[in-house]
Amino acid sequence: MSDILFYLLIGTGILFDLFGCIGLLRLPDVYNRLQSATKCVTLGTCCIAASLLARYGLADFGLKALLIIPLLFFTSTVAAHALARGSYKAGIRLWKGSVKDDYSKAEANEPVKE
Amino acid sequence: MNIALYLLIAFCLLCLIRIILGPTVADRVVAIDIMGILVVGICILLAEKTGRSFLIDVGMAWIILSFIGTLTMAKYLENKKLNE
Repeated sequence: MSDILFYLLIGTGILFDLFGCIGLLRLPDVYNRLQSATKCVTLGTCCIAASLLARYGLADFGLKALLIIPLLFFTSTVAAHALARGSYKAGIRLWKGSVKDDYSKAEANEPVKE
Repeated sequence: MNIALYLLIAFCLLCLIRIILGPTVADRVVAIDIMGILVVGICILLAEKTGRSFLIDVGMAWIILSFIGTLTMAKYLENKKLNE
């Protein structure tokens, strides 16, 4: 049972990593690339860590892999947020097909219209 | 399990393509961040393969160092000092 869960979680993780890397290669804009790649690759690596937890239980390997999961979730989301803000402030343009840019209004202290 | 390792290394090479031809600095920083997370997955699978649990500690240290590096690059893009 735990072996089935182990291989299933590793397969899911590899699949999500693949989707994240394809998004990183093919999307047109730095913001699109950031949101696609960060979410998919974080979930994929967390699945791989959880697979080790499923096979070995709360022993040596499993406990360390369990420690990786919250660390990865918090740090990668905070880093992605800071990076999106930094690249907006650096003046990198949105893709020309983007439909909405609320952050420019938030910079100028205007109310954001729904 | 070797197949999973080879696949993760191939995904790292895909990130390397984006690092080489990314048009702006932010693209390259994003790709380096993603590659760091993929290397953590490689560390976990390698620890399972060789049976040495200290490789997972290497992964944890890698997460923290890549976090600090990405925050530093974000501050640099924002034209701020590091203590603001």
